Amino acid sequence: MSRTETGARKGASPRPKNKLARSNDRVLLLMTLPAALIYALFYLYPTINNLRYSLTNWDGFQEAKFVGVENFSKMAGDSVFTKVLGNNIEFTFLVLIFQTSLSLLFAIFLLQNSRISTFLRTLYFFPTIISSVSVAMVWQFLYEPNLGPLNVFLNSVGLDFLALNWLGSETATLRAIAFTQVWFHTGQMMVVYIAGLQQIPAELYEAAEVDGASRWQQFKSVTWPMALPTTAVVMAYTTIQSFRAFDLVFAMTGGGPNNSSSILVTMIYLTAFNEFRFGYAASQSIFLIIFILAITALQRRILRTKY
Amino acid sequence: MFYKISRIVALTTFAVLIIIPTLVVVFGSFKGDLELMTKPLALPESWSFGNYRELFNNGEIGRNFRNSSIVTLFSVLITLFISSLASFGIARVINVTGRVLFVLFSLGLAIPAATSIIGIYELFVRLNLTNTLHGLVVINVASTLPISIFILTAFFRQIPNELYESASMDGARPFRLYRSIALPLSRPSMAAVAIFLFVITWNDLLYPLLLLTQADLKTLPLALLDYRGEYAINFSMIFTAVMVASLPMVVMYLSMQKTFVSGLTAGAVKG
Repeated sequence: MSRTETGARKGASPRPKNKLARSNDRVLLLMTLPAALIYALFYLYPTINNLRYSLTNWDGFQEAKFVGVENFSKMAGDSVFTKVLGNNIEFTFLVLIFQTSLSLLFAIFLLQNSRISTFLRTLYFFPTIISSVSVAMVWQFLYEPNLGPLNVFLNSVGLDFLALNWLGSETATLRAIAFTQVWFHTGQMMVVYIAGLQQIPAELYEAAEVDGASRWQQFKSVTWPMALPTTAVVMAYTTIQSFRAFDLVFAMTGGGPNNSSSILVTMIYLTAFNEFRFGYAASQSIFLIIFILAITALQRRILRTKY
Repeated sequence: MFYKISRIVALTTFAVLIIIPTLVVVFGSFKGDLELMTKPLALPESWSFGNYRELFNNGEIGRNFRNSSIVTLFSVLITLFISSLASFGIARVINVTGRVLFVLFSLGLAIPAATSIIGIYELFVRLNLTNTLHGLVVINVASTLPISIFILTAFFRQIPNELYESASMDGARPFRLYRSIALPLSRPSMAAVAIFLFVITWNDLLYPLLLLTQADLKTLPLALLDYRGEYAINFSMIFTAVMVASLPMVVMYLSMQKTFVSGLTAGAVKG
């Protein structure tokens, strides 16, 4: 790659006498070459091409025609798009609230090393290693409206009114999937929290205890402020993860019924491969990238002001 | 007191929420569908391998398993090899190109894979790489390079310079340093990255869905969707397929817990 070679020459210029360093730099840059080539051709190039297609009406088969920003102006008036955007915001918000608070709670509960803590940590982490598709199949069974264990249980304890058609009604589906997502990834975020909480110096708790602080006061004045950097990491990852939940949503409902459980990533796929509107799907994905970057930046700002 | 009780209640509830579905699946794979539906939690009346036999005899699951194994193995090995090479280069190079490359690779971390599917699909059609296992390997490698390079570069930067310098005195050049110093020292990091890659590649649905339509090439997650269609709502058969698809990861998790947890959290935190 010419870029890396010129880089090697340029970088070596401040030390023109050091021949060895210069040739070493060249070898080192050569070592990055296989990765750089594959990444450029199969990752950067398609990503940039996506941008190009977002300005066309490509249908996946015929020549793509340039249509300018028409796809983007279409989005605002597209009721499916606005519905799915709303879904995605609700989904992310629900997952963020529950996954962050539950993983912090379990991390506090399981911080001390004991045999039962170690076992529970292993157990809670366990769903992380299972594929989204498998998890989807299991929860489809649990959520089955007539004979599924969840509704059988709810009916048997007299909570019939709660026994919804979990994956079949427009009101319940998105929340049911959000619950599965939280079930799926809380253990992983708990481990992140445990690592963070273990960094908090024990003296802070000892001092708080000397002052007679209750557990709640200890949490408020020591754990929470000291764990804020970890919270920032957990929230950032949970957000990205919820935007990436393609596999789970696709395998559980395919976005249905009537797009009520679709999120942006599943909509992009369906727009392209079910409706053959590749150009429009490409522009939706550009929107998603900008949306994610904006949310990440916003989160970073909010959490930084809290320090 | 209140703390203790709420702790026990919360911990038990979540434990039950994980144990029950797991047992339902494990037991269910040995049951007929009627038995699964009527007594999902009970031990199977007889531990019959009938579902497994049917799945392997009549289904393609053996082939799916093979496809998943091939794709995962090659994707992980190739990614590990070229990302460790590149990370070493980026961490050791003195001029600015290293930093530029690092930023370029890090770009890939911010953008979810699903946002580039149009461009990827178009490129793979043009290169005749759809419906090939090596095509799937290529896209797996390309998409996991950023995270691997991010983790490994951070590690290689931590290796004290003196270690390299003492070896350089003996005239060791970059490739020797990579092989005889960096690689042996980075074994735990490499293992963590390897596990992370194993899990996400083995479990991935998006890329196989995008690139494979031929039945004999399908990987396990993609094939699971087909089995669901084929067996309609015959959940005991579906659970048997889930068991087959999950078993390798479960066995690895139980035998190398520490590496699994550190690998998957490193991937999470840095991804």
